[in-house]
Amino acid sequence: MNAVTDATRPILVLAGWAVRESLRRRVFVIVALLTAAFLALYAVGCHAAFHHLHGERRIGPVDAHEFAGATMLGLGLFAILFLGSVLAAFLTLSAVRGDAENGLLQPLVVRPVGRAQVLAARWLAAATVCTAYVALVYTASLLILRATGDWAPDRLVGPGARVALAVSALAALCILGSVALTATANGIAIFMVLGSGLFAGLLGQIAHAIGNHGLERAAHIVSWVLPFEALYQDALALTTADQGGLTHFLVELGPLGGGSPAGRWLVPYAVGYVVLVGIGAVLATSRRDL
Amino acid sequence: MTLAPGELVGLLGPNGAGKSTLVKTVCGLVRASGGQVTVFGSRAGTSASRRHLGYLAETFRYPAWCTADELLALHQRLAGSDGGATERSVLLERVGLRDAARLRVEEMSKGMQQRLGLAQALVGRPRLLLLDEPTSALDPVGRRLVRDVLAEVRSAGATVLLNSHLLSEVELICDRVVIIRAGEVVAEGVPHDLARPRGVHVETDRGTRVVPDVTRDDVPALVARLVADGEQVYAVTPLTSTLEDVYLDAVAGDTS
Repeated sequence: MNAVTDATRPILVLAGWAVRESLRRRVFVIVALLTAAFLALYAVGCHAAFHHLHGERRIGPVDAHEFAGATMLGLGLFAILFLGSVLAAFLTLSAVRGDAENGLLQPLVVRPVGRAQVLAARWLAAATVCTAYVALVYTASLLILRATGDWAPDRLVGPGARVALAVSALAALCILGSVALTATANGIAIFMVLGSGLFAGLLGQIAHAIGNHGLERAAHIVSWVLPFEALYQDALALTTADQGGLTHFLVELGPLGGGSPAGRWLVPYAVGYVVLVGIGAVLATSRRDL
Repeated sequence: MTLAPGELVGLLGPNGAGKSTLVKTVCGLVRASGGQVTVFGSRAGTSASRRHLGYLAETFRYPAWCTADELLALHQRLAGSDGGATERSVLLERVGLRDAARLRVEEMSKGMQQRLGLAQALVGRPRLLLLDEPTSALDPVGRRLVRDVLAEVRSAGATVLLNSHLLSEVELICDRVVIIRAGEVVAEGVPHDLARPRGVHVETDRGTRVVPDVTRDDVPALVARLVADGEQVYAVTPLTSTLEDVYLDAVAGDTS
C-alpha cells in the first residue's frame, strides 16, 4: 500500500502543478476567449436555425426540429473537439523534448520521481483540464439548444463523455510525439493527425453515401487507429440514438463528418489505446538522455 | 573518482571534457556509456540515489508563471521534505532572496533565478549537492554569497561537486580539484598541493629575470653566486604555479 502511495503521490503533486500552470498561462486565456466567441456565435446560429422552422416540427417525412437540433449539436461537438484538441495540444506538446531543451524537465526528474510518473502527471493534468473544458462547453451548448429550440439529444452524457475521451486520447498522442519532436514540430504533427482522422471520417461518409464499401472500410479502420475520430462519430450517433427513418439517415450524414455507432467496445478500446500510447511514451522517454 | 562525505570537490576541464555529462550521469539524466556510478551505495539514476541529491543545472530555468515560494514548495513535496514554510524562508534568506518569495520567476533577473535554483537544490537538505556552473549569471557579490552558502553546506556534512570554469572560485573554496579532459581524469588533488615551484624571480642592478628550475632552498646559493658575479641583488621571489598553470598544463591547451 505504501509503495502505491509513494508512486501515486508525486503524480498527483505534479498533475496539480501542471493544472495550476495551465490555468495561469496565456494559452488558457486565449482558449477562454475563443470559447466565449464560439458560444456567442453558436447561440446566434441555434436561434436562427430553430427560428427558420417557424415552429414547424416536420417537413414532409423529416422531423425538421430534430434535424435542426441534431445538426447544430453536431456542429457544436465538432467545435468542442477542435477547441479541446487545441487545449490538449498546447498543454502537452512540449512535455518531454521541449521542456528538456528549455531546462524545465531536469529539476523535476532529478527528484525521486520517475520519468513515467512525470509523463503520467502531464497526461492526467491535460486530461483533467480538457475534460472539465469539454464538460463545460458541452453543457453550455446543451443549454443553448434547450433555450433556443427546446431541443435535447437522445443521450445527454454519452456524446460529451466521448468527446472528452477523444481529447484525452489526443493528449496522450501529443505526449508520445513530444518525446521525439520539438514543440513546434509536435504541434504541427498532432494537428495533421487530427486532420487526418477527421478527413477519414468525411471520406467514410462519402463512401457510405455512394456505396463504396472498400473506401468505407478503410475509413473505418483509420477511425479506430485514431480513435478520437471513432469516438467523435459515436458521439454524433448518440445524439439521435432513438431516431429512425429519413431523419436519422440525414443526421448521420452530418455536417462535418457523419455519426456512426461504434458499439460497446469503443470506450474500453480507447482507454486501452491511451494506456498503450502512454507505455510507448514512457519506454521512449526512459531511453532518452536529458 | 570518489567523493568523500563532507568534501567540496571542484570539477574543472575544457569545454567538451565531459564535466556536465558526468554531473548529469550522477543525477540519472544521462545514461553512462561505460563504467559505473553509485550514489551512497545506490546505482545512479535510481529513485534511491536521487533521494540524496540536490541539483542545479547549467541551463537553469523554472516556470515563468510561478513564484519563488511556489517553486520551493513544489520541490519540497517532490523531495518529501517536511520543512514547510520555515525551510522555504530560511533557504530564500540564505540565497539573498528574502523579499522575493512572492515574486514570479519571470519578474526576476537571471542572477536571482540562479540563486533561486541554488535554493531549490538545497531543498530537503541533500547529502550530495551537484552544481553545474552555479555562479555563471552572478555578479561578484552573488558569487561571494554562493561561496558562503557552499561553505555552510559543507560544514553541515554534505558533499558538494562544483563544476565551474572559474578557477579562482574553485581555488578559494574547494577541498579538492579534479581536472578532466576528454572524459578522463588528468589531474587531481588539493589546490595548494597541485601548485609546483616554477623557479625564482630575481631583481638586480642589471634588471629582472626569471631563473627556472630553482627552488626556495636554492635561493641562498643563487644570491651568493650573483653577488660573486658582481651583481647587486635587490629582491628574489620564489614562484609557484597557480591553479591556472596547473590547469593549462593538464589540459595541454585544449579549448575544444
